Amino acid sequence: MIKVTIDMDKCQHYGQCCFEAPDVFSLDDAGHIVYVAEVADDRRDDVESAADVCPMQAIEIS
Amino acid sequence: MAGVVIIGAGLGGLRVAETLRASGYAGEVTIVGDEIHLPYNRPPLSKEALAGGVEVADLEFRRKAHVDDVTWKLGSPAVTSSIKEGTVTLADGTVLHFDALAVAAGIRPRRLPIPGPQAGRVVLRTAEDARELRAALVPGAKVLIMGAGFIGCEVAATARKVDCEVNIVALDAEPMIRPLGAELGAGMRRRHEANGVNFHLGRTITAFNGTDHVESATLDDGTVLACDIVVEAVGSMANVEWLDGNGLDLSDGLSVDDAMIVEGTTNVVAVGDIARHHNVLFSGPKRRIEHWNMPTETGKRAGQTLAALLAGEEVSQAPFSAMPSFWSDQYSHKIQSFGMPGNATRIEIVSGTPDEACIAEYFDDSGLVGVIGIDKTSELAPYRKLLMERG
Ligand SMILES: Cc1cc2nc3c(=O)[nH]c(=O)nc-3n(C[C@H](O)[C@H](O)[C@H](O)COP(=O)(O)OP(=O)(O)OC[C@H]3O[C@@H](n4cnc5c(N)ncnc54)[C@H](O)[C@@H]3O)c2cc1C
Repeated sequence: MIKVTIDMDKCQHYGQCCFEAPDVFSLDDAGHIVYVAEVADDRRDDVESAADVCPMQAIEIS
Repeated sequence: MAGVVIIGAGLGGLRVAETLRASGYAGEVTIVGDEIHLPYNRPPLSKEALAGGVEVADLEFRRKAHVDDVTWKLGSPAVTSSIKEGTVTLADGTVLHFDALAVAAGIRPRRLPIPGPQAGRVVLRTAEDARELRAALVPGAKVLIMGAGFIGCEVAATARKVDCEVNIVALDAEPMIRPLGAELGAGMRRRHEANGVNFHLGRTITAFNGTDHVESATLDDGTVLACDIVVEAVGSMANVEWLDGNGLDLSDGLSVDDAMIVEGTTNVVAVGDIARHHNVLFSGPKRRIEHWNMPTETGKRAGQTLAALLAGEEVSQAPFSAMPSFWSDQYSHKIQSFGMPGNATRIEIVSGTPDEACIAEYFDDSGLVGVIGIDKTSELAPYRKLLMERG
């Protein structure tokens, strides 16, 4: 499993991550990011891409 | 083995290195950076970091484990190069040999030749620039900003946050007019004015006055504005001088093909702000796009190209396709853009008004080319999807 964390002090809810891994990151009705904290290993590429495109560089993966 | 030399240790250079490794290239990778820092994130330099303090360690990009073995040569720029010989020479005299070269040297702020004292005139591109500006942003300081583009407007918002007096002088009719258009630009101007910024639009600065340090600026209509610091944010120039003498067209960055290979070469790629490329999603001439998401898009493609090239495999010439995207924070407002709104010949506000949360669609002859939202981030996804379908 991959552990995903978003630093909520940094996150500005731009939603760029949602385009790369929509099954992991999404925007709720209020426009706030919600995400799945543990995802299967085969999702690594897309989760890495989501971290790459985050303007605030708020996504950590381990 | 001479391997790959990457000139420019910014976001684009980092992405090329990461992708080379991810694509299985195991040879030598050397990244040369003019700055002393490992790759760091620039957008906060006009926003949070400018307001709160510039700590480069906090701004550094997460570096993936597989780039642990690349060689960093930081603090000495490339000054000359010979693509034919496969060499780059650095300011400290080091000569690097390459099988393939990646150009990720970005751009620098343009400076205008305006008479008067130099001291007190700053630009904003690097962490050091931001520190210098940060030190001048004390309550009551008179800040004069040249240029009403994104960086000028973001600095204005940050300077107001720390209670500086802010004047913006720009030739344009409205702030950020090229991407936003006149109506949204005017809406943003009114937000800035409500926060206490003074605009002098359609004007230029003809002279700076003062003995050693800038004390005031004279505009072309004779107005004199007192200032303690001047921020010049009036466009950019590509960092290409070190490529002189290779017979390349250096007039506007570097022209690349769909694989990011520089026109007129076989083993040189260019990425990020410096690369002028086509985009299958948008017609028209090749363009440089100075948006943060492009170094990642072009850098990944260039890394794949070089990995294939160096493995003796065929390089994919599939059309380059990437959605340009831009964001900006000013006061509590968030602007977000997808596509190429600057190409539009017609703009339609489809939700809200320019003075409140709103969305505008941008069209040219080919249809929808861009969408911009102000404080509507969560509603832009369907528009982005429409733009993606252009390809
Ligand atoms: C203050 C600021 C705010 C921004 N805000 C936003 C924003 O909100 N949204 C957005 O989308 N974009 C924003 N941008 C733009 C974004 O940061 C750039 O598009 C991005 O940094 C480009 O990356 P790059 O790798 O092409 O170039 P750079 O990040 O400029 O990296 C190039 C590196 O190459 C080095 N270099 C240059 N010449 C040489 C040489 N001869 N030898 C060795 N090294 C050399 C440079 O010193 C630099 O470190 C902002 C930019 C700035 C400056």
